[in-house]
Amino acid sequence: MQIYLPIAEMSVNVFLLLGMGGGVGFLSGLFGVGGGFLMTPLLIFIGIPPAVAVGTEANQIVAASVSGVLAHWRRGNVDFKMGLVLLLGGLAGSTLGVILFSFLRGVGQIDLVISLCYVVFLGIIGALMLFESARTIRRRKTAPGQRRKLHQHNWVHGLPLKMRFRRSKLYISALMPLGIGFLVGVLAAIMGVGGGFVMVPAMIYLLGMPTAVVIGTSLFQIIFVTANVTFLQAYFNQTVDVVLALMLLSGAVIGAQFGARAGAKLHGEELRGLLALMVLAVCGKLFFDLLVTPSEIYSIGVVR
Amino acid sequence: MTRRRPVRRAVRYPVTGITLLGLVTACLLAPAGSARANSLVADLSRHLVAITTGFVGTDVLLFGATDDAGDVVVIVRGPDRPVVVHRKSRVLGVWANTAKVTFDRAPSFYAIASSRPLAEVAPVTVLARHQMGLDNLRLELSWLKASPNVARQWRAGLIRNFEAVGLYRAEVGRVLFLGNRLFRAGIHLPANVPTGTYQVKVFHLQGGRVVSAQTTPLQVSKIGAEAEVYDFAYQNSAMYGLIAILVALMAGWAAHMAFRKA
Repeated sequence: MQIYLPIAEMSVNVFLLLGMGGGVGFLSGLFGVGGGFLMTPLLIFIGIPPAVAVGTEANQIVAASVSGVLAHWRRGNVDFKMGLVLLLGGLAGSTLGVILFSFLRGVGQIDLVISLCYVVFLGIIGALMLFESARTIRRRKTAPGQRRKLHQHNWVHGLPLKMRFRRSKLYISALMPLGIGFLVGVLAAIMGVGGGFVMVPAMIYLLGMPTAVVIGTSLFQIIFVTANVTFLQAYFNQTVDVVLALMLLSGAVIGAQFGARAGAKLHGEELRGLLALMVLAVCGKLFFDLLVTPSEIYSIGVVR
Repeated sequence: MTRRRPVRRAVRYPVTGITLLGLVTACLLAPAGSARANSLVADLSRHLVAITTGFVGTDVLLFGATDDAGDVVVIVRGPDRPVVVHRKSRVLGVWANTAKVTFDRAPSFYAIASSRPLAEVAPVTVLARHQMGLDNLRLELSWLKASPNVARQWRAGLIRNFEAVGLYRAEVGRVLFLGNRLFRAGIHLPANVPTGTYQVKVFHLQGGRVVSAQTTPLQVSKIGAEAEVYDFAYQNSAMYGLIAILVALMAGWAAHMAFRKA
């Protein structure tokens, strides 16, 4: 059964879209990630124009983040003050990202930049996670670890404009979350992701936030950043396909339920190791595609 | 010269539906100058292809008659558009677009059908003049500095890309004759056809010369919900963006409620 996507201007099998939504939804439920970093490359792989894939995925992540944040909010795991500061940076960053996106698309470099961003960030994050989970699993098997400090003091704490974030138990400069929000915003707009996979490690390791509030706070600001990206992509580039977003969403909602149930049966550290392997696999595939000699060196571009 | 023949024919035969149709066609074609003589009548099974939700591509039947033996060639062209082509080369080990050219106008769709292999139908000069076959498609580079050899490579690159997505067809389709006069040809439009007004050109050839030609328009449009979503996205982009966000917010909330109950 085929469905015609009005903005992507092509027919795609309904069950393929539902299946992709379900599969990525399952993984996102299992690992507690947004799944944008898997879905956007998949969409491009089945032939959706990269610009439409990125714009539409932003729209889908809005929905995924809303359902996620509501669950965390009920448990009181959202630091709204921190979320707002991150969000201010994120709105500025994602706006710049969309402008950058339009520019790169016009000069024919957007595909390359998307791929390079994926290779670099997935590579770094995947390697870090794999290393971290391997270390933890090994430590758990040998000896009980010594008690960790709440967080380390470093150069971050010397920056001006200090603010108190009660729920995160932090007294740090607002410049740091603003900067992180900005950078992740740029990435979100260009890569068609929520940016959780960069935001979460940054919040834990750079800001020193307690793990419990990290996911909820990250999801909270992702809603608004991806909503901003959705609006700007729709306004400037007309690349948001609502029909495609709804199809992916329907599959993802169901997949996430099964994923979350399966995730409850696995250890946190093993989960993180598996996620790291998956992230590295996507990274490796994209990197390989950049290196290998393409079968066709000519391609059709966008007329400005 | 253009008008004389059908008039004579009308005198020779009793006035039947067919001759009337011939007269009408001649009158319609003469001002457009597309027909040299009215030895050809052709029409499509439909003049509108509607792209709706379940659109998976479609076939349109072209049928017609010639008043003499000969060959028939049919060319289907989508609306001309400027096309940008990029070329990749290796930069620091990675393949990146490093050069681009713009073709001022290239058909967004091209397919051809013929009653016999093109080479047997007409000499190369005639095929080239009427752009019969992908090899004879006129694609002008706005970038005049290119040497003919380089220009050919860019042109071939463009054609390969359009072929890969099924919008240009290299193989020549068949025009089937039923007896000596009646002919038909199937035109296949794939699921990804661009919208716009297509030109279906029918040529009647005798002894390697085009003795008659006719152009019939074929409209390809999005119809129904698809068209409305598309038009809304382009004409009311801000509102479209807001609605997209609202839909996502509601979907997320609905998913949360469903999830909580389960």
